[in-house]
Amino acid sequence: MAEFRMPSLGADMDEGTVIEWLVQPGDIVGKGDPVAVVDTDKAAIEVETFTAGTIGQILVPVGERVHVGTPLAIIDGTEPKTGRAHPAGQQPGQAVHPPQSEAGTRPPAGADAARGAAPERIKASPYARKLAQTLHVELAAVPATGQRGLITSEDVRRFAGTIPASDHRRTPVTPQTGPAAQSTKAAPQRAPAARHVVEKSQRAAIARLMARSAREIPHYHLSGTVDLATALDWLTRTNRELPVTDRLVPAALLLKATALAAHRHPELNGFWTEHGFQAAGQVHLGVAISLRGGGLVAPALHDAADLPVGEVMAGLRDLVERARSGRLRRTELTDATITVTNLGDQGVESVHGIIYPPQVALVGAGRIVERPWAVDGLLGVRPCQTLTLAADHRATDGFTGGRFLATIEHLLQTPEEL
Amino acid sequence: MTTYREALREGLRDALRRDERVFLMGEDVGAYGGCFGVSLGLLEEFGPDRIRDTPLSESAFVGAGIGAAMAGLRPIVEIMTVNFSLLALDQILNNAASLRHMSGGQLGVPLVIRMTTGAGRQLAAQHSHSLEGWYAHIPGLRIVAPATLADARGMLWPALTDPDPVLLFEHGSLYNLAGEPEADGPVDIDHAAIRRPGTDVTLVTYGGTLGKTLDAAEQLAADGISAEVIDLRTLRPLDDATFIESVRRTHRAVVVDEGWRSGSLSAEISARITEQAFEDLDAPVDRVCSAEVPMPYAKHLEDAALPQPAGIVAAVRKAVNGNG
Repeated sequence: MAEFRMPSLGADMDEGTVIEWLVQPGDIVGKGDPVAVVDTDKAAIEVETFTAGTIGQILVPVGERVHVGTPLAIIDGTEPKTGRAHPAGQQPGQAVHPPQSEAGTRPPAGADAARGAAPERIKASPYARKLAQTLHVELAAVPATGQRGLITSEDVRRFAGTIPASDHRRTPVTPQTGPAAQSTKAAPQRAPAARHVVEKSQRAAIARLMARSAREIPHYHLSGTVDLATALDWLTRTNRELPVTDRLVPAALLLKATALAAHRHPELNGFWTEHGFQAAGQVHLGVAISLRGGGLVAPALHDAADLPVGEVMAGLRDLVERARSGRLRRTELTDATITVTNLGDQGVESVHGIIYPPQVALVGAGRIVERPWAVDGLLGVRPCQTLTLAADHRATDGFTGGRFLATIEHLLQTPEEL
Repeated sequence: MTTYREALREGLRDALRRDERVFLMGEDVGAYGGCFGVSLGLLEEFGPDRIRDTPLSESAFVGAGIGAAMAGLRPIVEIMTVNFSLLALDQILNNAASLRHMSGGQLGVPLVIRMTTGAGRQLAAQHSHSLEGWYAHIPGLRIVAPATLADARGMLWPALTDPDPVLLFEHGSLYNLAGEPEADGPVDIDHAAIRRPGTDVTLVTYGGTLGKTLDAAEQLAADGISAEVIDLRTLRPLDDATFIESVRRTHRAVVVDEGWRSGSLSAEISARITEQAFEDLDAPVDRVCSAEVPMPYAKHLEDAALPQPAGIVAAVRKAVNGNG
């Protein structure tokens, strides 16, 4: 066991403030790894450890000013006992740091979850972890069907879409297996008891992922109300000339506008990884789709910024249909670079969403309502929709987010150009 | 058509003909033809100098075998069952296995010891145990376990050419196994064999449980589970490369071993899989072993104590499906 102490970062320094923890309890550090960012009144400096081991307790919370030489954290020399090393396992009264201080800088990349140091330990087989990394699957989101709640490689493959949800080659219906033996297999068309189990594990997966998002991502929220009169007029005129099967819904315009806006503001289109923000080259627009019987998926509409509105509409229809029949593809489940959630159908006026990690932004859309609205100094009744943006403050500031929302609004005023 | 018993006899006959330094000794191996009939007729063919009956004194005749081997002969010593071999454990462990090391490489013991192992014939606790895992623990020994007719026929000669002691374990339930051997002549005693290829799970076994494991694999195939069956053949040194490579492909493993589970050969195999292929495992390595009791006499109790195909099938289902 070793103590990681406040270093002296200059002859005149006698106190310092930890302004960021780059590790959390349970993390394994090697000699020379940066552990914390310390503010010395002159500059913020990343401080490395000279002891290899496992981070035990963090003794000094972010923001506290301490003397040089004060122990900041305990580093154990041994391998971590995963599941016991996280803050919940600490002695009461010893952990003085607020949760956001230790979690605030954690990269939400898949590798992080795979290392098993996340505050909630994910039980997955070693091979499932390896496969999840190869397929870029977020383990936290995968429903488990293995022994004692273990996520297996098959679960990862099913989640990634490389095997269909209905593939139960290994659970043939034979008298020996019976209904109880099959109940843990994920398949929407199963008996009610089985379905209940699936929903429960999916709920648990959503719970893990969203809890992580809320814990680790410093969200900022913006909202704005958009006048949709022009857009809906155009939509009505366009639909009149289209066969019923090809008609557009307002959501298609919103998706296209969002995709274009994301293309123009690449700071919001990409992933927060351990190396910071990484912009995605393309806009793969995640579309949140609620599933019958509960649960939610957000598959990606690939290259949405390049698609004509008609194809966005077709893509949306196709995604919804396949999401509800459990036939999404792996790339659709893992590629989304920014997500739109549209709760207008449910009557809500605005959505203040939680970002789907490792993405950095989520656009929420409420119901289109008729409002008294002033245009050019005149009051009229116009269809309006409240758009919101939840964005990762580590990646962008409100200024960027505001411009992004303004771009969407602007695009919606010229629907014919979408 | 031949039996396991006849295949072993052919192996002995072949070795006795090839090298006149080879001789067989043990309790009742001569006039009686061997307790299990393996050496029947060899006394008539090779004479009492080369097929020697010994008194009931395992320590003495194993010791004599060690001396003969050191003096330049190539003895094959038959100990009736592995349970009796414990009377000669001092000779096997302290002399045969150790002399190469203790003499700084100057003295080898080119000795082959044959013995019967395993249960399934209602011979109760003192004649039925599978203790080959104990011997596989000892450095300085090579442990082989023929499970097929070809191995029964072909393992003896390579064992005799080994400059160090080799223990050959014959499972008692295999003597009446009949069929056409796939190969004739000496076999490879360095490598495990894949007896049935598969993709979903690796079943590691040897000797007397190979047949049961293959039966289980057949049943599993009907359910759509493709099991790869590996016959270790040599228990020391373990050819772990073969089963590790297999586990890397199938991502699951079940070890079938008639020995007791605690501190067993199956424990060693399981540990090696975890050490070398941890990141490729999709389920915990499971083991199907004998119940940890002295082997019962009553047939239904003996059957219940031993690994059976149904138990292997259940373990595989658990590994593959996450439930039993």
